[in-house]
Amino acid sequence: MLPNQNESSPSVFRYVDWTTVVIYLLMVIAGVVSIYAASYDFDEASMFSFDEFSGKQIRWIGLGLLLGFFILLIDWRVFDTYAYPIYIGMLLLLIVTPFLAHDIKGSRSWLTVGPMSLQPAEFAKFATALALAKLFSGYNFTLNAKAINYVKALAIIILPIVFILLQNETGSALAYLALFFVLYREGMSGLILFAALFAVVIFVVAVKFTDIMFLGIPSGEFAIMVMVMLIMIGMTFIYYRTLETPRNLLFWFGGTLILGWLLAGPCGIALPGMGWMIGSVCVGCVYLCIEALKRHRKALFIPVATALLSIGFMFSVNFAFQKLQPHQQLRILVVLGIEEDLRGAGYNVNQSKIAIGSGGLTGKGFLNGTQTKLKYVPEQHTDFIFCTIGEEEGFLGAIVVIGLYLALIIKVIAIAERQPRPFGRVYAYCVASYFIFHFCINIGMVIGLCPVIGIPLPFFSYGGSSLWGFTILLFILLRIDAARKAYA
Amino acid sequence: MRKDYNLEKRKYVIAGFLVVIALIYGIRLFDLQLNDERYKKSADSNAFLKKTVYPSRGLMYDRNGELVVYNQPAYDVMLIPRDVQPFDTLDFCETIHITPEQLNKRFADMRDKRINPGYSSYTPQRLITQLSSQDYGRLQEKLYRFPGFFIQKRILRQYNYATAANVLGNLREVNQRDIEKDEYYAPGDYTGDLGVESSYEPYLRGVKGTEILIRDARGRIQGRYEGGRHDVEAISGRDIKLSLDVKLQQYAESLMVGKRGAVVAIEPKTGEILCLVTAPSYDPRLLVGRPRGQNYKMLTNDESLPLFDRALGGAYPPGSTFKPTQGLIFLQEGIINTSTTYPCYHGYINGGLRVGCHAHGSPLPLKPALQTSCNAYFCWGFKNMIDRRSKYGSSAKAFEVWKNHLVSMGYGYALGVDLPHESRGFLPNAKFYSKFYGEGHWSANTVISVAIGQGEILATPLQIANLSATIANRGWFITPHAVKEIADTVIPAEYTEKRFPTIDSHWYADIAEGMRMAVTGGTCRRAAIPGIDVAGKTGTAQNPHGKDHSAFMGFAPYDDPKIAVAVYVENGGFGAVFGVPIGSLVMEKYLTDSIAPSRKYMEDQMLNTSVFYAPKSKRK
Repeated sequence: MLPNQNESSPSVFRYVDWTTVVIYLLMVIAGVVSIYAASYDFDEASMFSFDEFSGKQIRWIGLGLLLGFFILLIDWRVFDTYAYPIYIGMLLLLIVTPFLAHDIKGSRSWLTVGPMSLQPAEFAKFATALALAKLFSGYNFTLNAKAINYVKALAIIILPIVFILLQNETGSALAYLALFFVLYREGMSGLILFAALFAVVIFVVAVKFTDIMFLGIPSGEFAIMVMVMLIMIGMTFIYYRTLETPRNLLFWFGGTLILGWLLAGPCGIALPGMGWMIGSVCVGCVYLCIEALKRHRKALFIPVATALLSIGFMFSVNFAFQKLQPHQQLRILVVLGIEEDLRGAGYNVNQSKIAIGSGGLTGKGFLNGTQTKLKYVPEQHTDFIFCTIGEEEGFLGAIVVIGLYLALIIKVIAIAERQPRPFGRVYAYCVASYFIFHFCINIGMVIGLCPVIGIPLPFFSYGGSSLWGFTILLFILLRIDAARKAYA
Repeated sequence: MRKDYNLEKRKYVIAGFLVVIALIYGIRLFDLQLNDERYKKSADSNAFLKKTVYPSRGLMYDRNGELVVYNQPAYDVMLIPRDVQPFDTLDFCETIHITPEQLNKRFADMRDKRINPGYSSYTPQRLITQLSSQDYGRLQEKLYRFPGFFIQKRILRQYNYATAANVLGNLREVNQRDIEKDEYYAPGDYTGDLGVESSYEPYLRGVKGTEILIRDARGRIQGRYEGGRHDVEAISGRDIKLSLDVKLQQYAESLMVGKRGAVVAIEPKTGEILCLVTAPSYDPRLLVGRPRGQNYKMLTNDESLPLFDRALGGAYPPGSTFKPTQGLIFLQEGIINTSTTYPCYHGYINGGLRVGCHAHGSPLPLKPALQTSCNAYFCWGFKNMIDRRSKYGSSAKAFEVWKNHLVSMGYGYALGVDLPHESRGFLPNAKFYSKFYGEGHWSANTVISVAIGQGEILATPLQIANLSATIANRGWFITPHAVKEIADTVIPAEYTEKRFPTIDSHWYADIAEGMRMAVTGGTCRRAAIPGIDVAGKTGTAQNPHGKDHSAFMGFAPYDDPKIAVAVYVENGGFGAVFGVPIGSLVMEKYLTDSIAPSRKYMEDQMLNTSVFYAPKSKRK
């Protein structure tokens, strides 16, 4: 009853997930059409001319398909066996890249190979995914079993980040942070994701709402303090499962807030607002500590730690914000709507919003977009390709593209969950995580919801490295998935 | 293989996160694309460059058809910062005659968003304005060496005569206030400043046209939108024929050299201003082109106030030129008739008050009183009117009647001339005095000096000239105006309608006769022009700041007046010293186009005499 292990047999194509391949093909074709529209010039150029971005992209796609085909022909166990060597080789390549690369707009990340320029950072994605999958597929490996496992997993994720940062490619480096989704799926506490999310919220709120004062402190910081109080109450309930302690906390926090408001408002007594709020939270913390000790509930220290860390983080945000590069600060402020700098840092985002916004329901029609035709949006054939779709194909086109991504990523998650081996599952989650990150950040920045971090929209943006990198990533997954029956 | 189903549930968290983000993005797209029309407009204004086509500005001719103001092309150096590549700055500076420091300053100013709020590195920016044609020619040849630069043609004014700067006005760039007030303007446009340029701006400027071009993000023009079907052609401004006689204006200005004051001449039948001189004045060409800013500053700092139009804006005590108005009011109110006589014992002496006068016969009736400019006569008349409680009830009520007559004659309010910055002069009313002295605590003697055009009364030279024109017309006037015709349209109706003061016109004949007598045998004998009957009235206005002001008003010919004139020379002394000669020379020049040999000495005297003005005059 051994399954056919002759991997070179054509039967591999019978098990390939063709749905994913179809989504992939739809995306790259839609991509090349959009690139043609985005780079279309008034002097009638041909879509297939190799002098045009669209023509070049077709060449990349052709070669990419060939690459995918060969990947499908490789025995899946090659990826398992050689995961670490591939990873280490890729790390070495990342290390030497800055020394071999030419400086392009301040970044040293492009290697010239014959007629092509490639970005190793894009190819390190699948290598890192393989290494992480390999780590998790170790005998009886569970993430939560030993602390050292976390160290190993984090090391695999962080090493490429460090080397890519050295190439000055912040955007590509940040994409690796998405792999925390994988750690979460494999057992990392949800608290960490929650903490990350809350940290983002604190950052945004603290930086954005600094003008309006409330109880003598900026309304943003006031809101954060109230959020901290609510989270303490909620966590106490979740971890203690009684009503009494959270109720006491609620009364205490509510009481101090109302008293503070009464004193500051109708009575006109100027309170040291921040001291008042922190004092209230601290009393709550002390109360929880006493409860924790009295009732032997160590879990009650979690809300205490959360509150103290949150407040500490809030105070360090402004400090940290000052430490950012001025252009990064500006980008963040522009996205948060604090700065209105339409000709400077906000130019890209504003023009891209205009392009998308002017598309309407059905768009202006293929090749009829004035914004993109006339080059108002910089980088429109690469990072800002989505605004060409928004302008020319309208709301419907944009929704279709978002739908394609949803379908692809959910499909990848489904593939992940049907893997019999952790190797396949972890690898698949890595793929899903990268796509989630690129999808969220790229479209988010084009529609003005995220800071402008220069990362491409997979399969749509012009560029061989990104296309090949994601193609390899996806086809290795398909190859591993096609072999799921092997031990089933 | 062991499977942790607890952990498998986490796929829902990850997928859920993704779906929530996708939903947020969907809502955002809905908001951007279907909910907000703003972006559609922005995209259009991005892509379609509405290029302004500047119309040529209306020309100005004088009443005889002499071209006075015309257009000359000027050239602005523009650039699109994004397209500018490193260039030979020294060569550039030498070509257009500026120093590298000036160039750097211009670049810094252009980039400074406080000075130039519309700065963008993608759109055309104005670097240097108003090159001369010579500099333009040189730069045009070398332009290929300076990528990103181009030249935009603009229109500047030029003047055929160095005269009438106050009437003609000039052009300046619009400021933020202009743009807010009138949406016609865009930054960088020019608008009229001062004079006719300002008040007839809507006629002169024409209508800007637009060319709709398709433009890419670098501001590069990709072609005409739909072959120019939506373009709008510019409409040239209307030419204007001024009522000024430019030769007369020049002549009057030459007579006023070295003096401060004003000369106003009006054609009585039409209200057309023949000359409107303020002295000192300036060459209108100073305010053209690049030196404008510097020259404007120089003129502003000049303590003789050359930019201040004394003819319209100067409010002076009218002195004895005011007496005809008094005669008219007393006659109209029945206080006197033409044979009523009042005594003059070297002045008006009443109630411990004395208003001095000079030697002449006494008692005397109205016409000789005008002839000799008798102060006492008009003081008596004034007293008899203001203090006649039987008729008016109180001095205050009588004073209001007196004041209303003067208002109808054009005093106390701006006449409504078609030039900016006209002063209304000052005419007190009863309330003014009641506030100052207390209700019922004043009478004719308290305010007696207004009867002889002194005290609180202030009038502009234009108002004085208008009185002269009214007397010349024997009882009506047309609001004075400086524009005679506008091409293809009519001048505003208010400059063709007669205005009648509240004085019966037959009384004006008597006043005119008194003024004629002043020339034939009174205070303005020097105004007599051989062969022409002149009527006139001198004025010597006391002045707390220094020497008396010299004033004159008159008209000629007596029977068919063609010109009415008012002259005011600050600190010129007796009216006969400067006012009479200048006024009569202006009338003679206009009527005969020459100066009689017997009066040449007077012309030379006027041309060559200056009045000394102490530096740092304590003007308020």
